[in-house]
Amino acid sequence: MSNWDKFTDSFFNARVAEQYLPKIIEGFWLTILLAGCVIATGLLAGLVLAVLRAMGFRPLNWLIIFVVDLFRALPPLVNIVLIFFGLPGMGLEFSGFAAAWLALSLVLMAFAEEIYWAGITSVPKGQWEASRSLGLPFLVTFLVVIMPQAIRLVIPPLTNRTIAITKGTALASVVAVPEILGAAQAGVSFSFNPTPLTLGAAAYLVLFLPVVVLGRWVETRFAWKR
Amino acid sequence: MSEFLEAFFSWEILSEAWPILLSGFYQTLLLSVIVIPLGVAGGLLLAILSTAKSRWVRWPLIAYVDVFRALPPLVLLVFVYAGLPFAGLEVSAIGAVAIGFFLNTGAYYGEIFRAGLESVPAGQREAARALGLGRAQIMGLVVLPQAVRNVLPDLVSNTLEVVKLTSIASVVAMPELLFQARQAQSVTYNATPIMAAAVVYFLLLWPLVRLLSRLENKQLAGRR
Repeated sequence: MSNWDKFTDSFFNARVAEQYLPKIIEGFWLTILLAGCVIATGLLAGLVLAVLRAMGFRPLNWLIIFVVDLFRALPPLVNIVLIFFGLPGMGLEFSGFAAAWLALSLVLMAFAEEIYWAGITSVPKGQWEASRSLGLPFLVTFLVVIMPQAIRLVIPPLTNRTIAITKGTALASVVAVPEILGAAQAGVSFSFNPTPLTLGAAAYLVLFLPVVVLGRWVETRFAWKR
Repeated sequence: MSEFLEAFFSWEILSEAWPILLSGFYQTLLLSVIVIPLGVAGGLLLAILSTAKSRWVRWPLIAYVDVFRALPPLVLLVFVYAGLPFAGLEVSAIGAVAIGFFLNTGAYYGEIFRAGLESVPAGQREAARALGLGRAQIMGLVVLPQAVRNVLPDLVSNTLEVVKLTSIASVVAMPELLFQARQAQSVTYNATPIMAAAVVYFLLLWPLVRLLSRLENKQLAGRR
């Protein structure tokens, strides 16, 4: 066997690929499900924190800032490991999926809050005062007056951050979730051939390459003119 | 309550696990010191190359950057560590980490430096050329310093992410902080070592997070 044949037999082995493709596809859907859950809860929780912070209640704000700093400083994998291996010691059992969902949601929440907050503070104070003099209540002011002005500033960094954290779903393979990477690694150890890893990498490219290109587009589309 | 303390903050277990955790901490620092300069150098090279006029240079570079930004770093790392031996290339854990991180963080740094270079007005280059500076001088003395200043918050942010990312090296059995904490946890069957590792990460990175918040606010204030 020439070197080239050996290479293709290892990384592009049709027989192995055929056998493990269904597993990778199952993993593909699981990755999308996990990513969707993380994005939904993370972005929502971040928004709730930003609204609470905008109310300007000092002790609460310190707590929010601390929580945000905490989850910006801790590596996502450490969160996942802590929740999955640590919390059972307290009698709280999590499945791998739930642990990854919770851990990554907390991380996205922290980053999203910080970005929403930057957007909110970019809106001049006079907007708040004008709304109040018109008799608008806090939440209406926030949603109808402030957020629409802040959103333009918020969208590019939020998109990029969301993409980066969503890629963290691969970390769930560490706590035995059979998402793309988990399924691929299982395939490699059963077949003793790295073709499932090639398939897995291809699956990630199919999933994330369009998103990365979209992120690039969003960045130019919403770019701030200097 | 005492049960909770026993499970997460056991003094006895902490003092037993501390030497291992400390060695893991040094390993994390060592890894960071290796992979950050590698990524910065790779990114700088990518960014400077992508200022080329020819699209035959620029487009492959954009494709390269996007591909390695689309692949999760853990996937790259596992591919390099578990895949390459099948191609007859045995890589050590630290070699795999260096290659995987170079591909991933190099692409991210490259994108940041590219944005920085683009933010410097063309007049700066023209003025530098009018003064008779050579190409390397224009890049190194005029354009790059301004570019770096313009994207400083992004550079700090990415560096923070890279330090956090070193925790995935635990997956390929690099004895860094998270790996050592998990070893200690599985031996003692107690979460204290992982909790301690989390605290160490937090104490190490919190100053950087605070600095970043201030830089970002300053940048935003400039745009208002």
